[in-house]
Amino acid sequence: MKVYSIALNTFKEVIRDKIFYSLVFFALLMLGTSVLLSTLTLGERTKIIEDISLAGVSFFGVVISIFVGIGLVYKELEKKTIYTIISKPIKRYQFLLGKYLGLALTLLVYVSVMSACILLVLYLSNGIWAGSLMPAVLMTYFEFLIITAAALLFSTFSTPTLSATYTLAIYIIGHLTGDLKGLAAKIGQPVIKKVIEILYYGLPNLENFNIKGQVVHGVSLPPGYYVMAVSYGLLYAAGILAVAVMVFQRRNFK
Amino acid sequence: MIKTEGLGMEFRVGFLRKKVTALKGLTLEVKKGEVFGFLGPNGAGKTTTLKILMGLIYPTSGKAWIMGRDIRDVDVKKGLGFLPEQPYFYEYLTAREFMDFYGRLFGIRKGERAARAAELLEMVGLSHAVDLQLRKFSKGMQQRIGIAQALINDPELIILDEPMSGLDPIGRKEVRDIMMGLKEKGKTIFFSTHILPDVEVICDRVGILVKGELRATGTVGEMLGSMEARMVEMTMEGLGPDDVKAVGALSSNMVTRGRDVVAFFDDPDKARKAREIVFSKGGDIVSLIPHRGSLEDIFVEEVRKGSGK
Repeated sequence: MKVYSIALNTFKEVIRDKIFYSLVFFALLMLGTSVLLSTLTLGERTKIIEDISLAGVSFFGVVISIFVGIGLVYKELEKKTIYTIISKPIKRYQFLLGKYLGLALTLLVYVSVMSACILLVLYLSNGIWAGSLMPAVLMTYFEFLIITAAALLFSTFSTPTLSATYTLAIYIIGHLTGDLKGLAAKIGQPVIKKVIEILYYGLPNLENFNIKGQVVHGVSLPPGYYVMAVSYGLLYAAGILAVAVMVFQRRNFK
Repeated sequence: MIKTEGLGMEFRVGFLRKKVTALKGLTLEVKKGEVFGFLGPNGAGKTTTLKILMGLIYPTSGKAWIMGRDIRDVDVKKGLGFLPEQPYFYEYLTAREFMDFYGRLFGIRKGERAARAAELLEMVGLSHAVDLQLRKFSKGMQQRIGIAQALINDPELIILDEPMSGLDPIGRKEVRDIMMGLKEKGKTIFFSTHILPDVEVICDRVGILVKGELRATGTVGEMLGSMEARMVEMTMEGLGPDDVKAVGALSSNMVTRGRDVVAFFDDPDKARKAREIVFSKGGDIVSLIPHRGSLEDIFVEEVRKGSGK
């Protein structure tokens, strides 16, 4: 009940925020642009729309996760609204979890709205039903969950600018961890090899959630892949949240 | 209702992690049903104390209990209302949503929540603004809705941090009236302030905090009774420049208002001597007013002692 109330309040906070609106607006703009661009190409019209719109959903979702995520706790501290929450019979972890779930819910709404728009655009422009794209959109949602958790973690002890930088770094490295593994295989020096391996296993592998290429080209993935990727996403996000709770629990609110 | 024992707080600030003591061994008790004013200049540690009681910061030493329970027990807050200093609220919520949100945090049922919210908004004079977003609220309205949210759970103990600061005289009176109303209902109120005239009107007991140390506690009557030294204000006329100088030497402070000279004496004897000078020089005394010691004098005195000046 308490976590739910805070989540609901956070949901209201985000959807009544200008930043969120403008990002959703740009995501929709990108979708519109993909239709225009597709008319300039020969053949492959549908693929262009599919590629660009999927990339757009993913990109703006990440931007929302980072920039709204870093503000979730920071704004409460800055405006001291947290004083009125913590002085109620609420445990600190309940507050943090509520904030997180509030943004997770918002992102779910974002993903649903964008999916509906993609389906509509493809149907209207090319007359096709693109239900096969939906798994790719759904998978990026789990990537958003990890990014949001990371943003929340950093914002419990850092300034918004630094939090954004760290979270962006996690996002970029998260998409390059495959290269880390390749690098470790090539390096002979055992200590450096070990460090790179630890980084490879410690940092999130966000490529797990990138199946855009496969769905656009009609490559089917086994159900086991989805189960593994979704479990990985949820566990990783839960792990980050646990650390965030530990940091937040010890903190003094000045 | 509130009990603290040797409560201390140290912060580390800056790059060199310099140690700053915000609170030194605070031992204090607030009894059921009383209105306790926590006085002190800015930076004395009042807000620090309240934040410790609310679990917003952790003390570096000492212990505190609210209603007989350790403050680390979250359930303590079920019977507690708190208004932070210069509160900012979720400005994107309307007054009704705002009250509903805080009601939910206490797990109050829907129907009861709505009824309580309406009753409290009525009490603080905001029933005309239930569907207005908080961003459109004036400062006085913000303060009043802040008090309303602190009362959503019908608390036994209400803790207010600087409830009158930053308000105009009307706003202050409104807040004071709300506090008086709560007192009549038998609630315990613990509040920090540096607005002294209000304290004399509403407090049963006060404590004076200076530089993190509790310098004095007692009822307002006791505090005022302890002031032995009486100030005397004397207005004179018809004095020559030399006579004015002679009177000035006896007084603690002197001002000239047109043809009149107003002198303040901190000792009745000195005032009598000054009177003799005035009469012997053919001057006249327009008025002679003995000043009763005020809470302000005690406050200023304690702050001065505390600062070692």
